[in-house]
Amino acid sequence: MSRTMTYREAMREAIREAMNADEKVFLMGEDVGHYGGCYAVSKGLLDEFGPDRIRDTPLSESGFTGAGIGAALGGMRPIVEIMTCNFALLALDQIMNTAATMRHMSGGQYHVPVVIRMATGAGRQLAAQHSHSLEGWFAHIPGLRVLAPATVADARAMLARALEDPDPVLIFENALLYNREGDVPDDLAAIDIDHASIRREGSDISLITYGGSLWKCMDAAEELAGIGVSAEVLDLRTLRPLDDAAIMASVAKTRRALIVDEGWRSGSLSAEIMSRIIEQGFWTLDTPPMRLCSAEVPIPYAKHMEEAALPQVSGIVDAARKLVGG
Amino acid sequence: MTGTKLRLDHDHCRLLLKQMLRVRRFEEKCAELYTREKIRGFLHLYIGEEAVATGIMQALGEEDAVVATYREHGHALLRGVPAGEIMAEMYGKQEGCSRGRGGSMHLFHAPTRFYGGNAIVGGGLPMAVGLALADKMQGKRNITVCFFGEGAAAEGEFHESLNLAALWDLPVLFVCENNLYAMGTALDLSESETDIHAKAASYKMPSEIVDGMNVVDVEVAARRSVDAIREGNGPVFLECRTYRFRAHSMFDPELYREKEEVKKWTEIGPIRRFQSWALEAGELNQTDIDAIEEEVALEVSEAVAFAEAGTWEPVTDLLHDVGAEART
Amino acid sequence: MPSLGADMEDGILVEWLKAQGDTVARGDIIAVVETEKGAIEIEIFEDGKIEELLVPEGRKVPVGSPLAKISGAGEAAVSEIAQQAIPVEAAAPAAPDTTAEIIIIPPSMDKDPDLRASPAARLFAREHEIDLEGIAGTGPAGAIQLRDVEAAKPAPPKRGIDLDAMRHAIAAAMSRSKREIPHYYLTHRINVEAAQNWLENYNRQRPPPERILFGALLVKATALAIRDYPEFNGLYEQGSFRTSQAVHAGIAIAIRGGGLAAPAIQNADRLSLAELMVQMRDLIGRVRRGSFRASELTSSTMTVNSLGDRGVEGVLPIIYPPQVAIIGFGKIIEQPWVVDSQIVLRPIVQMTLAADHRVSDGHRGGLFLNAIAEKLYAPESL
Repeated sequence: MSRTMTYREAMREAIREAMNADEKVFLMGEDVGHYGGCYAVSKGLLDEFGPDRIRDTPLSESGFTGAGIGAALGGMRPIVEIMTCNFALLALDQIMNTAATMRHMSGGQYHVPVVIRMATGAGRQLAAQHSHSLEGWFAHIPGLRVLAPATVADARAMLARALEDPDPVLIFENALLYNREGDVPDDLAAIDIDHASIRREGSDISLITYGGSLWKCMDAAEELAGIGVSAEVLDLRTLRPLDDAAIMASVAKTRRALIVDEGWRSGSLSAEIMSRIIEQGFWTLDTPPMRLCSAEVPIPYAKHMEEAALPQVSGIVDAARKLVGG
Repeated sequence: MTGTKLRLDHDHCRLLLKQMLRVRRFEEKCAELYTREKIRGFLHLYIGEEAVATGIMQALGEEDAVVATYREHGHALLRGVPAGEIMAEMYGKQEGCSRGRGGSMHLFHAPTRFYGGNAIVGGGLPMAVGLALADKMQGKRNITVCFFGEGAAAEGEFHESLNLAALWDLPVLFVCENNLYAMGTALDLSESETDIHAKAASYKMPSEIVDGMNVVDVEVAARRSVDAIREGNGPVFLECRTYRFRAHSMFDPELYREKEEVKKWTEIGPIRRFQSWALEAGELNQTDIDAIEEEVALEVSEAVAFAEAGTWEPVTDLLHDVGAEART
Repeated sequence: MPSLGADMEDGILVEWLKAQGDTVARGDIIAVVETEKGAIEIEIFEDGKIEELLVPEGRKVPVGSPLAKISGAGEAAVSEIAQQAIPVEAAAPAAPDTTAEIIIIPPSMDKDPDLRASPAARLFAREHEIDLEGIAGTGPAGAIQLRDVEAAKPAPPKRGIDLDAMRHAIAAAMSRSKREIPHYYLTHRINVEAAQNWLENYNRQRPPPERILFGALLVKATALAIRDYPEFNGLYEQGSFRTSQAVHAGIAIAIRGGGLAAPAIQNADRLSLAELMVQMRDLIGRVRRGSFRASELTSSTMTVNSLGDRGVEGVLPIIYPPQVAIIGFGKIIEQPWVVDSQIVLRPIVQMTLAADHRVSDGHRGGLFLNAIAEKLYAPESL
């Protein structure tokens, strides 16, 4: 059995469920309360839970993210919403120097069970400072778990699992997905966020992706099927730690890999995935792995230029055709 | 002991002097061990500033939390972290209070709610706010004391944290250890408003200036502040004016200050001053002081022996505690 | 020289503030040292008397060097100031967990240096002994991909072997041989009574699996004899003959249903008869099942063709190019034989050498055949 809802509603329902299940859970961030959330995820929750647990913060990303980390150390289960990952740069010190290091640096005495949510991605003509995809950067950091739900079902299921984690978890929500509708199964426990998921089976090429790019890959796979190319679409879901086994199994089957990542190419998550394919899956390959990333440019405002800067369905189809050859 | 009235009887004088001497002698031993390469990395000594942490710690209860900086050996000692575990940590031994993973700048101790050990200037302030938030939301009467230097006042996190703590009426005692230099940059070279305590006023936070070289003044201010905070009146800010007698870290030729200035401050050093006062007042005699010195020397030598006898964490444990073992 | 920072390697002692004979107390400043960061005062951590200043002013010394000798309470001070190595055992770094088992395919597998084949294709080709050369690639820029090698792989035998393909291969090889190689033939008959008796005796003491067939004697005798006749052992390629040091004897094996293959027994001259027999049994079994490797077919340096019990008296074999000789043995037939001027019946085998006249001549061929005969007359030496 399943229900249909939007990604936004799934997130909201997940927050509500978590707050009802555990009084130590609370949400804090900029405009999460009276405004209802920049993306309306927490709309209505202030009335339901009150200002103590739906806590509006000043524009102090480092301060309130650090406070969330401190509150987690102090026994609470905070959900920190950083409006977008672009602003998370202001909180990077707290995330990297405190949250990620604490367990190891304290010899295992302290751990930080904080969940930090943030919107990510481009595609809405918000220009250079509001269009970053920084999940790959955060996935660089040992001590963090980094999630990127792409489906409504994952959006619904991930939060509870993230809150169960005794260590810091970052959830990157591609802002283009909030309006997306999808089915959510009643049995949320069956959704395995720790492992990558094959969203479409195929035999000729693996499209390895996550988050907002998943749906571009799904459209591309459909188009490829029309010209006789069978593309498999692998949704990574968890960006740290990467599900190497799932990546290698898919590549071993199709012998071709195309990584689609909205992040920039240089020193990126896509580079990491490609390295691992070369290290672990070299002898299964029929072609060099390829990447489709954002152009290495601050994301421009004008619509046609922004589109040109981002991976698009047509580009995915072209690249896949090239790799499959014939 | 609560209340702002402080009874300076023999026992309490002995306690205050001994606590300051514990820090002083421990730090002196650290300096020696550093030159012998027993301790490595950065080493920041608290010599000269002992009265601040000694006075503040007198006001804390067992359940209260402490957040400190990278100049925190003294704070850890005074909070109750065993000297041997602190020394072993600086040796890098697994018997250290952070298993040898943190070193001098990252001392942690869960049993005493000692939260480090933060080597990013200003980095500890948001954490203190969060710890206090957690206590408040859980209805606990604990307070969190947060130590930082005056250099942190230039950081955004300082202002963000003061604002949050005041905005949400959180039980935080902010203790600025103003030793006049951020590494080697003098206060008037880094701040437009050199009166640090005045900054708290812009967040409507009660604040006061305390003579950080006078342990009694610090203790009195701390008790008064902690009582107010525990009553639910929100955070308090204490600016303790003090002075670091030693270089910023071991490798520092002190090009930025005059020897005369150091000498002037040394003459009003917290230990020297309190000791002579207690002798004059008849609360302590030379025999007491000799006994204290002896006890402290024993504690320090036992700490060194404990560290020397410590063992190295096996390299096979390298990746332990990056995350919970079940989900790494 | 005390260490004042992890990055301090040495310092210049610029000034002594104490002299020899001075009494010093813990905490005293005794010297000034110049470092990259500037002048730093050096304090003493012991009480005592300065016995000797070991480093003159102005000298640069590395961290850990003794600067002065102090007597008194801290007798051990001098040696203690010297650097003490931290006994960190040289533990092996944790093995990276991301690297797969490393497979290396030597580049020499490709005779064509420009051959473009994917890793998956190469691995499959190696595992299935398939030569990548000649396979048409369908990948980008004509690269050979896994699907191309899979297509080139001989289909798994339904009746053991693809007989059509084999027929084609035999046709090609034999036509080329008759077209290119000027064969000459020499025939000789030998009495194998001694060999037969020796073999019977050998086999009588052994269970059937360990028994040796007569054909093994023929192969061994030929392999041994050919060592002295290198012009019959080797390959004729691109207009010239190269003799082979090793003797890899091809064994012509008939396949039920038609066709034949001549896989090699490597270094047949150096195997004992028992070892040779084991290999022959294995080869014959596998050839009949169709599961021999391509390399076994191409590595022979000469070939032996023994018709066996079901054969006929003699065979004039065709050389398997690029080899230059093949020796055919007919079946053992009881025939009249003159012994001590008497005609008696003896087991006789006719052997025929077919050799490449571009490489050898009949005279040497005759000697070679006689040498084989000599080996068979003394079977115990085989």
